[in-house]
Amino acid sequence: MNDELRYMLARTVQGKMNRRNFLGRAAAVGLTASAASTMLATGLKAQTPQKGGVLKIGMQGGGSTDSLDPALAANQVTFQLLKLFGDPLVELDPEGGPVLMRLAEAVESTPDAKQWTFKIRKGVKFHNGKDLTPDDVLATLKRHSDENSKSGALGVMQGIESLKVDGDNVVVSLTESNADLPYLMADYHLIIEPNGGMDDPASGVGTGAYKITVNEPGVRYVFEKFDEYWDESQGHFAGVEILVINDNTARTSALQSGQIHVANRIDPKVAGLMSRAPTIDVKNVSGKGHYVFIMHCNTAPFDNNDLRLALKYAINRQEMVDKVLQGYGTIGNDFPINASYPLFDDSIEQRAYDPDKAAFHYKKSGHDGTPIVMRTSDVAFAGALDASALFQQTAEASGIPLEIKREPGDGYWSDVWNVQPFSASYWGGRPVQDQMYSTAYLSSADWNDTRFNNPAFDKLLIEAKGELDTAKRKEMYSQMAYLVRDEGGLILPMFNDFICAITTDVQGWVEDPNQDLMNGLVAHKCWFA
Amino acid sequence: MITTLLGHPVVRLVAHRIAMGLVLLFAASLLIFVGTQILPGDVAQSILGQSATPQSLANLRAELGLNEPAVTRYISWLVGAMHGDLGTALTNGQDIAEAMGRRLGNTLFLASCAAIIAVPMALILGLVSVRYHRRWPDKVISGVTLASVSVPEFLLGYIVMFIMAVRLHAFPSVSTVYDSMSLLERLNAIALPVIVLVMVVLGHMMRMTRAAILNVMQSAYIETAELKGLRPFRIIWRHALPNAIAPVVNVVMLNLAYLVVGVVVVEVVFVYPGMGQYLVDHVAKRDVPVVQACGLVFAAVYIGLNMIADVVSILANPRLRHPK
Repeated sequence: MNDELRYMLARTVQGKMNRRNFLGRAAAVGLTASAASTMLATGLKAQTPQKGGVLKIGMQGGGSTDSLDPALAANQVTFQLLKLFGDPLVELDPEGGPVLMRLAEAVESTPDAKQWTFKIRKGVKFHNGKDLTPDDVLATLKRHSDENSKSGALGVMQGIESLKVDGDNVVVSLTESNADLPYLMADYHLIIEPNGGMDDPASGVGTGAYKITVNEPGVRYVFEKFDEYWDESQGHFAGVEILVINDNTARTSALQSGQIHVANRIDPKVAGLMSRAPTIDVKNVSGKGHYVFIMHCNTAPFDNNDLRLALKYAINRQEMVDKVLQGYGTIGNDFPINASYPLFDDSIEQRAYDPDKAAFHYKKSGHDGTPIVMRTSDVAFAGALDASALFQQTAEASGIPLEIKREPGDGYWSDVWNVQPFSASYWGGRPVQDQMYSTAYLSSADWNDTRFNNPAFDKLLIEAKGELDTAKRKEMYSQMAYLVRDEGGLILPMFNDFICAITTDVQGWVEDPNQDLMNGLVAHKCWFA
Repeated sequence: MITTLLGHPVVRLVAHRIAMGLVLLFAASLLIFVGTQILPGDVAQSILGQSATPQSLANLRAELGLNEPAVTRYISWLVGAMHGDLGTALTNGQDIAEAMGRRLGNTLFLASCAAIIAVPMALILGLVSVRYHRRWPDKVISGVTLASVSVPEFLLGYIVMFIMAVRLHAFPSVSTVYDSMSLLERLNAIALPVIVLVMVVLGHMMRMTRAAILNVMQSAYIETAELKGLRPFRIIWRHALPNAIAPVVNVVMLNLAYLVVGVVVVEVVFVYPGMGQYLVDHVAKRDVPVVQACGLVFAAVYIGLNMIADVVSILANPRLRHPK
């Protein structure tokens, strides 16, 4: 079958082209009507999952320093590995609804949301042949939450007072009410290991759909289907291979030359070109991740709210989405939440580029006109240097002297971000609003990188945690959004899309705003046509 | 017999060079350690990244032994290394000798494949250039090799990849090799990086060969050979090349050393699991024991190859071989 035909077939199956047109085009390239009909029937059959084949994924974001220990996972590749060989208790819903049950069968809470009971699924096997027990779950949660933990999930687990096993259940007691606890349990570090990984944290043994057979950190990982996987509706491939391809051009070439079926993190600059190739589909979904410029609210000159407002009005958000993200993104509104989050208030007025207002606030701030230094680096986010240059130009139009200081990428996260008063950065999303705000905007938060210290905000955040009435919670989150937007140190020009590309023989793609590659579940939910 | 052998100036010279090499290695390891200490941030911070909290940082630091003073850490590493124990990587706990051994094997495989093609080719093209000095073959050879040397290697990589992999589907664009591959599969996988590396080193070696031989061609004894009526190729091969060997060997060794220690860009472009990428990953994570071990290997390769170049140039020169 030639590429054009395959492309048309895929479009017809997806409903983007009608059957009649397909048959017409097929005739035009020299196919008989009966052959075209058969082809279409085969194509339609591809809508139901087929078993088998080895899915090859080329990924950016891994290194030879990576470990299989879930506690230490901190990049795209380790995230994907955990998803393949392990299962969490619950998973985030791609549609933004309540959490989906995985190793937990049911979740219940006391009315005050202080005690949560997870009923653990039975008949689940680990790759080493052992059965999953509530004790394994307990040990896992303990390993990630005890005070000697070095886990990346420690921040998520901080509010836990005690953990215990009660029959088939694991009971989590919290120091304070938290209506969002189930969402936190979907954190990717929290996959269940035998005895919680206390014996061998980096063994790579889990309950997941795929079993790891080759582990060459930073190079290649090979998985085979775990025959005794408990969920028969997922995991259609016979095996999965992950190749770490950090170079953007190498990754796209590998996809074009057919060496891989899926590539993550497609550069927005080439995404448009790639989507024109007949054998490749570009899949973009607007996520929760965002690119930011952050000011420390407690450091001069940024301790003046008029100066902060001046800078917020002086940035042209649409231009940034168009030029830096090439349209693969959405404009931000200076608070870290967008429509991908549950309980988002879409009535909050969009802040627009306004040179006059920027000039007005700049004048009102009484700033002495010395250059305001903003630090940036190519590692801050893809296109950070271009975005900084655009920001400098639009600020200049309002008479705000912005000086761009380019910092080396190496050491940027330890010496510049969260240290210098004004810098470029990015945030990945969090499953729920509470977690995003608690991580970076609560005045006592470790990563309060805008030094936002607002008692009214803190009070709302803690109250909202324990509020089980969703209408009231939504109202509280709306108030918090206004506080961050109008008084905070965050300039948020854009939310970036996750852009992946797949070959057209990969079927069953689901839009999932939670993370890259369908929240890491591409090998669980897709299949080969 | 043995005493006369030991007394031989060449043996003495080699022994002297090896001793110097060991001292240099020690100095290099000290420099690398100091360098990694000066770099901002530490391994715990790099591992945990943005998701770290002060508490998890402190826990990880304690576990990795980062709270010991730097001097203590260096000395314990040095003692281990002298006993052949390179330790385990701080970041993923893998045995360094084993992980690095595999990477080094890959690097040497790629480097030797490139060298097997590039070195004879450079010599032959150099001889041809001299034979047809200032005529069209000389100009074509010089032009092409100079052009390929002048293009940055990553761009060369992309061009080769675009033509050979994306357009022609002749070779794979991803050169990942692994244990279960047969030799033929491996050679197929590394075809593109070998092509690029040959293009990168060929020009340098070929120009040096050409220049060195041309230099010798000015000598009186070459004129004598010509007057005797010898054929031009025989003059170049038998009379000029042996006397031009010293500078050629030097530049060949430098290029071989480059093939081993300097090809990280090509490794990244073709996703080849060699030493360069391994080192860069660990420097970025401040994984000092691995950086030390890689540094040691790289320094040893450089020192070793340069030593060979020196010894060969001495052996090739009777005046140095029999000092008065």
